[in-house]
Amino acid sequence: MTPAEIRDEVLDILSDIAPDEDLSGLKDDVAFREQLELDSMDFLDIVMELRKRYRVQIPEEEYPQLASMASTVTYLTPIMKDIQKTG
Amino acid sequence: MIAHDERYARGGRPRVVITGIGLTAPNGNNLAEFRASLLAGRSGVRRYEVRYFGETLAGVCDFDALKYQNRKELRRGTRAGSVGIYSANEALADSGLDWPNIDKSRVGVFIGVTEHGNVETENEIYELKGYNYDTSFWSHHHNPRTVANNPAGEVALNMQITGPHYTIGAACAAGNAGLIQGMQMLWLDECDVAYAGGVSESIHTFGIFASFRSQGALAEHADPTRASRPFDRERNGIVVAEGGCVFVLERLEDAVRRRARIYGEVVGHSINTDATDFVLPHAERQAECVALALRRAGLAPDQVDIVSTHATGTVSGDRQECVALRQVFGDAGHSCFNNTKSFIGHGMGAAGALELAGNLASFDDGVCHATINLDEIDPECQLNGLVVNQPREIGEVSTILNNSFGMLGINSAVVVRKYVG
Repeated sequence: MTPAEIRDEVLDILSDIAPDEDLSGLKDDVAFREQLELDSMDFLDIVMELRKRYRVQIPEEEYPQLASMASTVTYLTPIMKDIQKTG
Repeated sequence: MIAHDERYARGGRPRVVITGIGLTAPNGNNLAEFRASLLAGRSGVRRYEVRYFGETLAGVCDFDALKYQNRKELRRGTRAGSVGIYSANEALADSGLDWPNIDKSRVGVFIGVTEHGNVETENEIYELKGYNYDTSFWSHHHNPRTVANNPAGEVALNMQITGPHYTIGAACAAGNAGLIQGMQMLWLDECDVAYAGGVSESIHTFGIFASFRSQGALAEHADPTRASRPFDRERNGIVVAEGGCVFVLERLEDAVRRRARIYGEVVGHSINTDATDFVLPHAERQAECVALALRRAGLAPDQVDIVSTHATGTVSGDRQECVALRQVFGDAGHSCFNNTKSFIGHGMGAAGALELAGNLASFDDGVCHATINLDEIDPECQLNGLVVNQPREIGEVSTILNNSFGMLGINSAVVVRKYVG
Protein backbone atom coordinates (compact mmCIF):
# COMPACT_ATOMS: atom_id res chain seq x y z
CA MET A 1 0.00 0.00 0.00
CA THR A 2 1.19 3.47 -0.79
CA PRO A 3 1.16 6.24 1.83
CA ALA A 4 -1.92 7.68 0.12
CA GLU A 5 -3.72 4.32 0.31
CA ILE A 6 -2.78 3.95 3.96
CA ARG A 7 -4.15 7.42 4.65
CA ASP A 8 -7.43 6.49 2.94
CA GLU A 9 -7.64 3.34 5.01
CA VAL A 10 -7.04 5.15 8.30
CA LEU A 11 -9.61 7.75 7.29
CA ASP A 12 -12.09 4.95 6.60
CA ILE A 13 -11.41 3.45 10.02
CA LEU A 14 -11.88 6.86 11.64
CA SER A 15 -15.21 7.31 9.89
CA ASP A 16 -16.38 4.06 11.52
CA ILE A 17 -15.05 4.95 14.95
CA ALA A 18 -16.23 8.55 14.94
CA PRO A 19 -19.31 8.51 12.71
CA ASP A 20 -20.55 11.89 13.94
CA GLU A 21 -17.37 13.74 13.00
CA ASP A 22 -16.75 15.67 9.79
CA LEU A 23 -13.39 14.34 8.60
CA SER A 24 -13.20 16.37 5.41
CA GLY A 25 -11.07 19.07 7.00
CA LEU A 26 -8.78 16.80 8.97
CA LYS A 27 -5.31 18.32 9.32
CA ASP A 28 -2.64 15.65 8.93
CA ASP A 29 -0.03 17.37 11.07
CA VAL A 30 -2.35 18.10 14.01
CA ALA A 31 -3.03 15.46 16.65
CA PHE A 32 -6.29 13.54 16.22
CA ARG A 33 -7.28 14.39 19.77
CA GLU A 34 -7.00 18.12 19.07
CA GLN A 35 -9.43 17.83 16.17
CA LEU A 36 -11.71 14.92 17.05
CA GLU A 37 -13.46 13.61 20.13
CA LEU A 38 -11.34 10.50 20.54
CA ASP A 39 -10.49 8.71 23.76
CA SER A 40 -8.22 5.79 24.59
CA MET A 41 -10.87 3.23 23.63
CA ASP A 42 -11.10 4.86 20.19
CA PHE A 43 -7.35 4.54 19.67
CA LEU A 44 -7.62 0.89 20.61
CA ASP A 45 -10.31 0.65 17.92
CA ILE A 46 -7.81 1.97 15.37
CA VAL A 47 -5.30 -0.66 16.48
CA MET A 48 -7.95 -3.41 16.39
CA GLU A 49 -9.23 -2.43 12.95
CA LEU A 50 -5.72 -2.47 11.47
CA ARG A 51 -5.27 -5.90 13.01
CA LYS A 52 -8.58 -7.17 11.66
CA ARG A 53 -8.25 -5.70 8.19
CA TYR A 54 -4.54 -6.24 7.52
CA ARG A 55 -3.25 -8.37 10.38
CA VAL A 56 -0.98 -5.48 11.38
CA GLN A 57 0.20 -5.89 14.96
CA ILE A 58 1.10 -2.66 16.69
CA PRO A 59 2.99 -3.08 19.97
CA GLU A 60 1.57 -1.06 22.84
CA GLU A 61 4.73 0.98 23.26
CA GLU A 62 4.27 2.25 19.71
CA TYR A 63 0.71 3.49 20.12
CA PRO A 64 2.00 7.12 20.44
CA GLN A 65 2.96 6.83 16.75
CA LEU A 66 -0.79 6.99 16.01
CA ALA A 67 -1.17 10.51 17.42
CA SER A 68 -1.82 12.26 14.11
CA MET A 69 -2.59 11.23 10.56
CA ALA A 70 0.92 12.21 9.40
CA SER A 71 2.67 10.24 12.15
CA THR A 72 0.33 7.27 11.61
CA VAL A 73 1.02 7.11 7.88
CA THR A 74 4.75 7.54 8.43
CA TYR A 75 4.72 4.76 10.99
CA LEU A 76 2.60 2.36 8.92
CA THR A 77 4.25 2.92 5.53
CA PRO A 78 7.19 0.49 6.00
CA ILE A 79 4.95 -1.98 7.81
CA MET A 80 2.24 -2.01 5.13
CA LYS A 81 4.28 -1.42 1.98
CA ASP A 82 3.94 -5.04 0.85
CA ILE A 83 0.26 -5.39 1.81
CA GLN A 84 -2.40 -5.11 -0.90
CA LYS A 85 -5.30 -2.78 -0.20
CA THR A 86 -8.55 -4.65 0.24
CA GLY A 87 -12.17 -3.68 -0.15
CA MET B 1 -46.89 21.55 51.42
CA ILE B 2 -48.38 18.47 53.02
CA ALA B 3 -48.88 17.84 56.68
CA HIS B 4 -45.97 16.18 58.46
CA ASP B 5 -47.86 12.97 59.24
CA GLU B 6 -48.91 12.60 55.59
CA ARG B 7 -45.31 12.39 54.44
CA TYR B 8 -44.80 9.02 56.04
CA ALA B 9 -46.49 5.66 55.83
CA ARG B 10 -45.79 2.07 56.71
CA GLY B 11 -43.46 2.13 59.67
CA GLY B 12 -42.46 5.74 59.27
CA ARG B 13 -41.05 5.32 55.79
CA PRO B 14 -41.47 8.26 53.46
CA ARG B 15 -44.25 7.85 50.91
CA VAL B 16 -42.93 7.36 47.38
CA VAL B 17 -44.72 8.42 44.22
CA ILE B 18 -44.27 8.03 40.46
CA THR B 19 -43.83 11.41 38.78
CA GLY B 20 -42.53 10.48 35.35
CA ILE B 21 -42.81 7.61 32.89
CA GLY B 22 -40.62 6.91 29.87
CA LEU B 23 -40.94 3.77 27.84
CA THR B 24 -40.50 1.94 24.61
CA ALA B 25 -42.71 -1.03 23.89
CA PRO B 26 -43.25 -2.99 20.68
CA ASN B 27 -46.54 -1.10 20.21
CA GLY B 28 -45.66 2.37 21.46
CA ASN B 29 -42.76 4.67 22.24
CA ASN B 30 -44.39 6.67 25.01
CA LEU B 31 -47.19 6.09 27.48
CA ALA B 32 -49.86 7.74 25.30
CA GLU B 33 -49.02 5.57 22.28
CA PHE B 34 -48.71 2.46 24.42
CA ARG B 35 -52.02 3.09 26.15
CA ALA B 36 -53.77 3.77 22.85
CA SER B 37 -52.48 0.46 21.50
CA LEU B 38 -53.63 -1.42 24.59
CA LEU B 39 -57.12 0.03 24.33
CA ALA B 40 -57.27 -0.55 20.57
CA GLY B 41 -56.11 -4.18 20.83
CA ARG B 42 -52.99 -3.41 18.78
CA SER B 43 -50.24 -6.02 19.03
CA GLY B 44 -46.55 -5.30 18.68
CA VAL B 45 -45.54 -8.82 17.75
CA ARG B 46 -44.16 -9.53 14.29
CA ARG B 47 -42.04 -11.93 12.30
CA TYR B 48 -38.40 -11.67 13.23
CA GLU B 49 -35.17 -13.31 12.20
CA VAL B 50 -32.25 -13.89 14.48
CA ARG B 51 -28.78 -15.28 13.74
CA TYR B 52 -28.45 -19.09 13.75
CA PHE B 53 -32.04 -19.54 14.89
CA GLY B 54 -33.79 -18.31 11.76
CA GLU B 55 -37.30 -16.99 11.58
CA THR B 56 -39.37 -16.64 14.70
CA LEU B 57 -41.72 -14.12 16.30
CA ALA B 58 -40.82 -11.25 18.59
CA GLY B 59 -41.96 -7.97 20.03
CA VAL B 60 -39.67 -5.42 18.38
CA CYS B 61 -39.26 -1.76 19.36
CA ASP B 62 -38.79 1.06 16.84
CA PHE B 63 -37.92 4.00 19.09
CA ASP B 64 -35.58 6.67 17.73
CA ALA B 65 -32.27 5.66 19.29
CA LEU B 66 -30.63 8.84 17.99
CA LYS B 67 -33.00 11.05 19.99
CA TYR B 68 -30.73 11.00 23.04
CA GLN B 69 -27.49 9.44 21.72
CA ASN B 70 -25.17 10.14 18.82
CA ARG B 71 -23.99 7.43 16.45
CA LYS B 72 -20.69 6.97 18.23
CA GLU B 73 -22.42 6.38 21.56
CA LEU B 74 -24.72 3.85 19.92
CA ARG B 75 -21.76 2.06 18.39
CA ARG B 76 -19.91 1.86 21.67
CA GLY B 77 -22.81 0.94 23.94
CA THR B 78 -25.36 -1.83 24.12
CA ARG B 79 -28.94 -2.09 22.97
CA ALA B 80 -30.01 -2.47 26.60
CA GLY B 81 -28.16 0.72 27.42
CA SER B 82 -29.81 2.48 24.53
CA VAL B 83 -33.27 1.29 25.58
CA GLY B 84 -32.52 2.52 29.09
CA ILE B 85 -31.20 5.89 27.90
CA TYR B 86 -34.25 6.49 25.74
CA SER B 87 -36.66 5.47 28.52
CA ALA B 88 -34.91 7.47 31.24
CA ASN B 89 -34.68 10.64 29.15
CA GLU B 90 -38.34 10.32 28.20
CA ALA B 91 -39.19 9.85 31.87
CA LEU B 92 -37.23 12.97 32.76
CA ALA B 93 -39.03 15.01 30.10
CA ASP B 94 -42.35 13.67 31.36
CA SER B 95 -41.54 14.43 34.99
CA GLY B 96 -41.01 18.14 34.54
CA LEU B 97 -38.00 18.01 36.88
CA ASP B 98 -35.86 21.14 36.76
CA TRP B 99 -32.94 19.00 35.61
CA PRO B 100 -30.19 21.65 35.29
CA ASN B 101 -30.74 22.60 38.92
CA ILE B 102 -30.98 19.07 40.32
CA ASP B 103 -28.02 17.83 42.37
CA LYS B 104 -26.96 14.86 40.22
CA SER B 105 -25.17 13.24 43.15
CA ARG B 106 -28.62 12.80 44.74
CA VAL B 107 -30.03 10.95 41.73
CA GLY B 108 -29.91 7.16 41.44
CA VAL B 109 -30.46 4.72 38.58
CA PHE B 110 -31.88 1.26 39.32
CA ILE B 111 -32.60 -0.84 36.27
CA GLY B 112 -33.99 -4.37 36.37
CA VAL B 113 -32.59 -6.90 33.91
CA THR B 114 -33.50 -10.49 33.21
CA GLU B 115 -30.01 -11.06 31.86
CA HIS B 116 -27.27 -8.90 30.44
CA GLY B 117 -24.25 -9.61 28.28
CA ASN B 118 -25.55 -12.50 26.22
CA VAL B 119 -26.09 -10.32 23.16
CA GLU B 120 -22.64 -8.75 23.31
CA THR B 121 -20.84 -12.02 24.02
CA GLU B 122 -22.67 -13.75 21.21
CA ASN B 123 -21.73 -10.97 18.80
CA GLU B 124 -18.08 -11.17 19.80
CA ILE B 125 -17.93 -14.92 19.39
CA TYR B 126 -19.57 -14.60 16.00
CA GLU B 127 -16.91 -12.06 15.00
CA LEU B 128 -14.14 -14.18 16.46
CA LYS B 129 -15.17 -17.15 14.35
CA GLY B 130 -14.05 -15.09 11.32
CA TYR B 131 -10.56 -14.94 12.87
CA ASN B 132 -10.30 -18.63 13.64
CA TYR B 133 -11.04 -18.00 17.31
CA ASP B 134 -7.80 -16.03 17.79
CA THR B 135 -8.60 -14.12 20.97
CA SER B 136 -6.30 -11.25 20.01
CA PHE B 137 -9.24 -10.12 17.88
CA TRP B 138 -11.60 -10.02 20.89
CA SER B 139 -12.89 -6.49 21.39
CA HIS B 140 -11.71 -4.23 24.19
CA HIS B 141 -15.35 -3.08 24.30
CA HIS B 142 -16.46 -6.49 25.55
CA ASN B 143 -15.99 -5.87 29.26
CA PRO B 144 -17.66 -2.44 29.54
CA ARG B 145 -20.51 -3.72 27.41
CA THR B 146 -21.08 -6.87 29.42
CA VAL B 147 -20.53 -5.81 33.02
CA ALA B 148 -23.82 -6.41 34.77
CA ASN B 149 -24.34 -2.73 35.60
CA ASN B 150 -24.02 -1.71 31.94
CA PRO B 151 -27.60 -0.59 31.18
CA ALA B 152 -27.84 1.51 34.35
CA GLY B 153 -24.29 2.81 33.92
CA GLU B 154 -24.99 3.92 30.36
CA VAL B 155 -28.02 5.85 31.62
CA ALA B 156 -25.93 7.53 34.32
CA LEU B 157 -23.17 8.39 31.83
CA ASN B 158 -25.61 9.77 29.30
CA MET B 159 -27.47 11.91 31.83
CA GLN B 160 -24.40 12.84 33.92
CA ILE B 161 -25.91 11.28 37.03
CA THR B 162 -23.34 10.83 39.78
CA GLY B 163 -25.41 9.13 42.48
CA PRO B 164 -25.66 5.34 42.81
CA HIS B 165 -26.37 3.23 39.73
CA TYR B 166 -26.70 -0.48 39.25
CA THR B 167 -28.87 -3.12 37.71
CA ILE B 168 -31.01 -5.57 39.57
CA GLY B 169 -30.82 -9.08 38.15
CA ALA B 170 -34.20 -10.59 38.88
CA ALA B 171 -35.15 -12.73 35.87
CA CYS B 172 -38.58 -11.72 34.64
CA ALA B 173 -39.50 -10.08 37.94
CA ALA B 174 -36.85 -7.44 37.24
CA GLY B 175 -39.15 -4.60 36.20
CA ASN B 176 -40.90 -4.70 39.55
CA ALA B 177 -37.61 -5.30 41.35
CA GLY B 178 -36.09 -2.15 39.82
CA LEU B 179 -39.06 -0.10 40.95
CA ILE B 180 -38.90 -1.57 44.45
CA GLN B 181 -35.16 -0.90 44.68
CA GLY B 182 -35.67 2.72 43.68
CA MET B 183 -38.34 3.15 46.33
CA GLN B 184 -36.13 1.59 48.98
CA MET B 185 -33.21 3.85 48.09
CA LEU B 186 -35.50 6.83 48.56
CA TRP B 187 -36.55 5.40 51.92
CA LEU B 188 -32.88 5.10 52.87
CA ASP B 189 -32.18 8.69 51.82
CA GLU B 190 -29.52 7.43 49.39
CA CYS B 191 -31.02 9.66 46.72
CA ASP B 192 -33.78 12.21 46.16
CA VAL B 193 -34.74 11.14 42.65
CA ALA B 194 -34.71 7.55 41.45
CA TYR B 195 -34.84 6.39 37.86
CA ALA B 196 -36.22 2.91 38.33
CA GLY B 197 -37.66 0.24 36.09
CA GLY B 198 -36.41 -2.40 33.69
CA VAL B 199 -35.01 -3.00 30.22
CA SER B 200 -34.54 -5.89 27.84
CA GLU B 201 -32.43 -6.43 24.72
CA SER B 202 -32.97 -10.18 24.76
CA ILE B 203 -34.39 -10.51 21.25
CA HIS B 204 -30.89 -9.82 19.92
CA THR B 205 -29.50 -13.10 21.18
CA PHE B 206 -30.43 -16.39 19.55
CA GLY B 207 -29.87 -18.17 22.83
CA ILE B 208 -33.04 -17.06 24.53
CA PHE B 209 -35.19 -18.20 21.61
CA ALA B 210 -33.36 -21.50 21.27
CA SER B 211 -33.54 -22.19 24.98
CA PHE B 212 -37.28 -21.50 25.16
CA ARG B 213 -37.82 -23.70 22.11
CA SER B 214 -35.78 -26.52 23.62
CA GLN B 215 -37.89 -26.12 26.73
CA GLY B 216 -41.06 -26.37 24.63
CA ALA B 217 -41.99 -22.87 25.71
CA LEU B 218 -41.58 -20.72 22.57
CA ALA B 219 -44.83 -19.53 21.00
CA GLU B 220 -45.64 -20.27 17.38
CA HIS B 221 -48.61 -19.04 15.37
CA ALA B 222 -49.31 -18.35 11.70
CA ASP B 223 -50.46 -14.85 12.63
CA PRO B 224 -47.74 -13.13 14.72
CA THR B 225 -50.25 -10.83 16.38
CA ARG B 226 -52.15 -13.87 17.69
CA ALA B 227 -49.15 -15.74 19.05
CA SER B 228 -49.06 -14.33 22.58
CA ARG B 229 -52.22 -15.75 24.13
CA PRO B 230 -52.06 -16.21 27.89
CA PHE B 231 -54.91 -18.23 29.43
CA ASP B 232 -56.09 -19.49 26.02
CA ARG B 233 -56.54 -23.22 25.61
CA GLU B 234 -54.39 -23.17 22.46
CA ARG B 235 -51.49 -21.16 23.90
CA ASN B 236 -48.13 -22.71 23.16
CA GLY B 237 -45.52 -20.53 24.81
CA ILE B 238 -43.77 -17.21 25.13
CA VAL B 239 -43.19 -14.50 22.54
CA VAL B 240 -39.93 -12.81 23.45
CA ALA B 241 -39.96 -9.01 23.30
CA GLU B 242 -37.57 -6.15 23.82
CA GLY B 243 -38.48 -2.93 25.55
CA GLY B 244 -37.89 -0.66 28.46
CA CYS B 245 -39.74 1.37 31.03
CA VAL B 246 -38.23 3.78 33.53
CA PHE B 247 -40.17 5.60 36.22
CA VAL B 248 -39.13 8.77 37.97
CA LEU B 249 -39.70 8.15 41.67
CA GLU B 250 -39.67 10.83 44.33
CA ARG B 251 -40.74 11.19 47.91
CA LEU B 252 -44.29 12.47 48.10
CA GLU B 253 -43.17 15.53 50.00
CA ASP B 254 -40.73 16.56 47.24
CA ALA B 255 -43.23 15.87 44.49
CA VAL B 256 -45.93 17.94 46.15
CA ARG B 257 -43.50 20.76 46.86
CA ARG B 258 -42.65 21.13 43.18
CA ARG B 259 -46.28 20.57 42.14
CA ALA B 260 -45.36 17.52 40.08
CA ARG B 261 -47.89 15.45 38.24
CA ILE B 262 -48.30 12.31 40.36
CA TYR B 263 -49.17 9.13 38.48
CA GLY B 264 -49.62 7.10 41.63
CA GLU B 265 -48.18 6.15 44.99
CA VAL B 266 -46.32 2.87 45.51
CA VAL B 267 -48.10 1.63 48.61
CA GLY B 268 -47.20 -2.05 48.70
CA HIS B 269 -44.53 -4.38 47.48
CA SER B 270 -43.22 -7.87 47.97
CA ILE B 271 -40.47 -10.12 46.64
CA ASN B 272 -40.19 -13.73 47.73
CA THR B 273 -38.82 -17.03 46.47
CA ASP B 274 -40.35 -20.41 45.62
CA ALA B 275 -37.22 -22.37 46.48
CA THR B 276 -38.73 -25.32 44.64
CA ASP B 277 -37.48 -25.39 41.03
CA PHE B 278 -35.25 -23.68 38.46
CA VAL B 279 -38.11 -23.06 36.08
CA LEU B 280 -41.50 -24.26 37.29
CA PRO B 281 -43.49 -21.69 39.27
CA HIS B 282 -45.09 -22.40 42.60
CA ALA B 283 -48.61 -21.08 43.21
CA GLU B 284 -48.43 -21.15 46.98
CA ARG B 285 -45.38 -18.86 47.14
CA GLN B 286 -46.90 -16.58 44.49
CA ALA B 287 -50.06 -16.28 46.58
CA GLU B 288 -47.95 -15.46 49.63
CA CYS B 289 -46.12 -12.81 47.62
CA VAL B 290 -49.33 -11.13 46.47
CA ALA B 291 -50.86 -11.35 49.94
CA LEU B 292 -47.78 -9.80 51.53
CA ALA B 293 -47.81 -6.88 49.10
CA LEU B 294 -51.47 -6.25 49.93
CA ARG B 295 -50.84 -6.57 53.66
CA ARG B 296 -48.02 -4.04 53.47
CA ALA B 297 -50.35 -1.74 51.55
CA GLY B 298 -52.98 -2.16 54.24
CA LEU B 299 -55.48 -3.26 51.63
CA ALA B 300 -57.89 -6.17 51.33
CA PRO B 301 -58.07 -8.06 48.04
CA ASP B 302 -61.49 -6.63 47.25
CA GLN B 303 -59.99 -3.14 47.32
CA VAL B 304 -57.84 -3.89 44.27
CA ASP B 305 -59.45 -2.62 41.09
CA ILE B 306 -57.03 -4.02 38.51
CA VAL B 307 -54.72 -7.00 38.76
CA SER B 308 -52.04 -6.91 36.07
CA THR B 309 -51.16 -10.58 35.67
CA HIS B 310 -47.73 -11.89 34.83
CA ALA B 311 -48.95 -14.83 32.71
CA THR B 312 -46.61 -15.48 29.78
CA GLY B 313 -48.53 -17.98 27.71
CA THR B 314 -46.97 -21.17 29.01
CA VAL B 315 -49.31 -23.96 30.10
CA SER B 316 -47.90 -24.40 33.57
CA GLY B 317 -47.05 -20.79 34.39
CA ASP B 318 -50.47 -19.40 33.55
CA ARG B 319 -52.23 -22.10 35.56
CA GLN B 320 -50.03 -21.62 38.61
CA GLU B 321 -50.62 -17.88 38.65
CA CYS B 322 -54.37 -18.41 38.36
CA VAL B 323 -54.29 -20.83 41.29
CA ALA B 324 -52.44 -18.19 43.30
CA LEU B 325 -54.81 -15.40 42.31
CA ARG B 326 -57.93 -17.46 43.05
CA GLN B 327 -56.42 -18.26 46.43
CA VAL B 328 -55.91 -14.58 47.25
CA PHE B 329 -58.92 -13.02 45.56
CA GLY B 330 -61.44 -15.86 45.87
CA ASP B 331 -64.68 -15.20 44.05
CA ALA B 332 -65.08 -11.68 45.37
CA GLY B 333 -65.64 -10.46 41.85
CA HIS B 334 -64.59 -6.86 42.37
CA SER B 335 -61.15 -6.94 40.78
CA CYS B 336 -60.53 -6.90 37.05
CA PHE B 337 -57.65 -9.04 35.74
CA ASN B 338 -55.77 -8.30 32.54
CA ASN B 339 -52.57 -9.26 30.75
CA THR B 340 -50.30 -6.95 28.77
CA LYS B 341 -48.04 -9.67 27.38
CA SER B 342 -50.92 -10.72 25.14
CA PHE B 343 -50.24 -7.50 23.19
CA ILE B 344 -46.47 -7.14 23.20
CA GLY B 345 -45.07 -10.51 24.19
CA HIS B 346 -42.79 -10.97 27.15
CA GLY B 347 -40.62 -7.91 27.68
CA MET B 348 -38.40 -9.88 30.07
CA GLY B 349 -36.53 -7.40 32.31
CA ALA B 350 -38.84 -4.62 31.16
CA ALA B 351 -42.05 -6.63 31.52
CA GLY B 352 -43.03 -5.74 35.07
CA ALA B 353 -42.41 -2.03 34.60
CA LEU B 354 -44.06 -1.84 31.18
CA GLU B 355 -47.11 -3.75 32.37
CA LEU B 356 -47.52 -1.47 35.36
CA ALA B 357 -47.14 1.63 33.17
CA GLY B 358 -49.74 0.38 30.72
CA ASN B 359 -52.22 0.08 33.57
CA LEU B 360 -51.41 3.34 35.38
CA ALA B 361 -53.31 5.29 32.75
CA SER B 362 -56.50 3.66 34.05
CA PHE B 363 -56.34 6.03 37.04
CA ASP B 364 -57.22 8.74 34.52
CA ASP B 365 -59.41 7.02 31.96
CA GLY B 366 -61.18 4.50 34.20
CA VAL B 367 -60.71 1.71 31.68
CA CYS B 368 -59.11 -1.70 32.21
CA HIS B 369 -57.40 -2.94 29.06
CA ALA B 370 -57.97 -6.57 28.20
CA THR B 371 -56.06 -9.75 27.74
CA ILE B 372 -56.33 -10.35 24.01
CA ASN B 373 -56.10 -13.45 21.83
CA LEU B 374 -58.33 -15.35 24.22
CA ASP B 375 -60.62 -17.47 22.06
CA GLU B 376 -61.34 -20.29 24.47
CA ILE B 377 -60.20 -20.13 28.03
CA ASP B 378 -58.19 -22.94 29.57
CA PRO B 379 -60.63 -24.17 32.26
CA GLU B 380 -57.77 -24.12 34.74
CA CYS B 381 -57.23 -20.42 34.05
CA GLN B 382 -60.68 -19.25 35.04
CA LEU B 383 -60.53 -15.93 36.87
CA ASN B 384 -63.68 -14.18 37.96
CA GLY B 385 -63.15 -10.70 36.53
CA LEU B 386 -60.80 -11.51 33.65
CA VAL B 387 -61.21 -8.79 31.02
CA VAL B 388 -61.33 -10.67 27.74
CA ASN B 389 -60.41 -9.26 24.32
CA GLN B 390 -62.14 -5.88 24.75
CA PRO B 391 -61.28 -3.17 27.27
CA ARG B 392 -63.77 -2.67 30.05
CA GLU B 393 -64.98 0.67 31.39
CA ILE B 394 -64.92 0.29 35.12
CA GLY B 395 -65.21 3.91 36.17
CA GLU B 396 -63.14 4.91 39.14
CA VAL B 397 -59.83 3.05 39.42
CA SER B 398 -57.85 3.67 42.57
CA THR B 399 -55.67 0.56 43.11
CA ILE B 400 -53.55 -1.58 40.79
CA LEU B 401 -51.65 -4.72 41.70
CA ASN B 402 -48.83 -5.67 39.34
CA ASN B 403 -47.46 -9.24 39.32
CA SER B 404 -44.08 -10.17 37.90
CA PHE B 405 -42.48 -13.58 38.35
CA GLY B 406 -39.29 -15.18 37.07
CA MET B 407 -37.01 -18.19 36.83
CA LEU B 408 -35.30 -19.58 39.90
CA GLY B 409 -38.56 -18.97 41.70
CA ILE B 410 -38.47 -15.19 42.10
CA ASN B 411 -41.89 -13.62 42.67
CA SER B 412 -42.74 -9.95 42.96
CA ALA B 413 -45.83 -7.83 43.39
CA VAL B 414 -46.27 -4.07 43.52
CA VAL B 415 -49.38 -2.18 44.64
CA VAL B 416 -49.91 1.35 43.33
CA ARG B 417 -52.71 3.66 44.46
CA LYS B 418 -54.06 6.72 42.79
CA TYR B 419 -52.90 9.84 44.59
CA VAL B 420 -55.73 12.19 45.32
CA GLY B 421 -53.90 14.85 47.32
